[in-house]
Amino acid sequence: MESVVLAQAIVSGLLMGGLYALISVGLTLIFGVMRIVNFAHGDLMMLAMYITYWMFTLYGIDPYVSIVVTMPVLFVIGSVIQKTLINRVLDAPQASQLFLTLGVMLVTQNVALLLWRADYRAIRASYTGSVVKIGEVFVGIPRLASFAVAIILTGMLYLFLTRTKMGKAMRATAQNREVSMLMGINVPRMQTVAFGIGSACVGAAGTLLSTFYYISPTVGTTFTLTAFLAVVLGGMGSFTGAFFGGLLVGLSESLGAVYIATQYRELVTFIMFILILLLKPSGLLGKSRV
Amino acid sequence: MKIKALDNILRPKIYVPLILAAFLGAIPSVTSNSYVIHLLIIILFHAVLSESWNILAGFAGQFSLGHAAFFGVSAYTSTLLFISWKTTPWLGMFIGAGFAVASSLLIGFLCFRLRGPFFSLVTIAFGEVLRLLFLNWGSLTGGPVGLLVPLMGDSPINFQFLSRKPYFYIIFIMMLAVTCVTYKIRSSQIGLYFIAIREDEDAAQSLGIDIIRYKLIALAVSIFFTAIAGTFYAQYLLFLHPDSAMSLNFSVEIALPAIVGGMGTICGPLMGSFILTPISEFIRALLGGGYAGVYLIIHGGILILTVLSAPSGILEKIMKSYEAALKKMPGG
Repeated sequence: MESVVLAQAIVSGLLMGGLYALISVGLTLIFGVMRIVNFAHGDLMMLAMYITYWMFTLYGIDPYVSIVVTMPVLFVIGSVIQKTLINRVLDAPQASQLFLTLGVMLVTQNVALLLWRADYRAIRASYTGSVVKIGEVFVGIPRLASFAVAIILTGMLYLFLTRTKMGKAMRATAQNREVSMLMGINVPRMQTVAFGIGSACVGAAGTLLSTFYYISPTVGTTFTLTAFLAVVLGGMGSFTGAFFGGLLVGLSESLGAVYIATQYRELVTFIMFILILLLKPSGLLGKSRV
Repeated sequence: MKIKALDNILRPKIYVPLILAAFLGAIPSVTSNSYVIHLLIIILFHAVLSESWNILAGFAGQFSLGHAAFFGVSAYTSTLLFISWKTTPWLGMFIGAGFAVASSLLIGFLCFRLRGPFFSLVTIAFGEVLRLLFLNWGSLTGGPVGLLVPLMGDSPINFQFLSRKPYFYIIFIMMLAVTCVTYKIRSSQIGLYFIAIREDEDAAQSLGIDIIRYKLIALAVSIFFTAIAGTFYAQYLLFLHPDSAMSLNFSVEIALPAIVGGMGTICGPLMGSFILTPISEFIRALLGGGYAGVYLIIHGGILILTVLSAPSGILEKIMKSYEAALKKMPGG
């Protein structure tokens, strides 16, 4: 009996961790290329969740289909935020960068609150609540499907960064901005595209998450901090670090919820975050860069 | 010594703020419009908070985004002491401040090795931990239901008044106190150490400044004033809730007047509050409770505009012409 509970916790933790991984690789890409700590990351995810929600509620479009809309839309939103705002503080003191993304966070969250109210919403698709039994463990179909799509997208991003010319240019920008510029890389363009891709990642995660998670204007903040936790765990700016960091955070949250108490799930995340920052600020998984 | 003090007071840098403060302090004896007085109370309340935050962030360069949590610790402490043991909030205010300062020093001791955005992130995390603890610890704090301060009527000994005027004078004195302390810090060696740490931590350390020690001093002073404002808040509104008094949004609200007015200046946070608070109060009054977030959209917009167009504060230019005007005053 006990081992079934443990297996259940591990499976659901890893499934959630896959989504954290997708959110975190987006965040680490933005940090790696621009050294910007984006406090509005989770709020971009919230926007994608509402887009998904309204497409489903108004036009009956399945969330897994609407991902082809949310990803490009979030890419554009992210690029515009980078071009118009972030770009102007890239060389400013860290405080300015911090306050700027905080400002974006405040505006995004409260515009959402104004437009859609504080009500918790959820998508009720035909497959919501359906489960499949693997061995002794019950797995929600939406969770499983979302996990699979998240892993595929993360893999595609990895291939993009390592195999394509543009991906390599982006990694070069992350390594050294000045030298990349000398090598003929269009650094400002890389930065805009990186912010766009990071936002598209978190947008995709939002869409996938909305198939089984509540939607509200303030849902993003916890996810921003969770993603930071994963990114710090894996070493700031590291792609594989952020990926495994995400899985690890999902796993420990789920185990924490089972063995401590469900209402303390968020508390477990924050306490882990504090411990990691204090004990090993360089991350558990080495320091390789994007 | 006496002659030196007299000499100081004849300088416009000293007497102009004193005259302005005297005018402000005289407003409630001129008007009995309770909305005007309420607005002034709220402005001064935010000024106290932002001025306190400014000591740590503006002078010592440590951008805490967890101040609301310590504000809440103090507000809950004095209120719970009042409810359970009838301890007067006048005493509870200082016990609460003691708790808040002690817990912040513990956290600061752990976190001050972290720099830049990492320090801000860990203060957010600590703030959220405290908020969630207060939210889930229902038997003590009332949890998500919130906590009502028992009504005592007009009872000065219990920090409760039917008229708004006493509240005005209390928060006015708090504002004077925190401003004077900031002024003292600014003109002392400690202030120079703070600024050295803000400008370049490594250089400050290599010059022999014990940076952790001075960061902790800045934190303790900053949290002390934040905390006593917490008890004031509880006694003025007579209601506490972790989601409003201890949220990240409230931490940002505490920081905003200082950022807009000018961090690391003495008057910046005060002027910032005199500009921002009326805007948010009027929007709240105009739109009513249903549009609770609109003033935060405006705040966020102002924050973005400030960072992009005047990183050292919108009021820097005003301050410059103010200082130029001071030079032309008698005695300048």
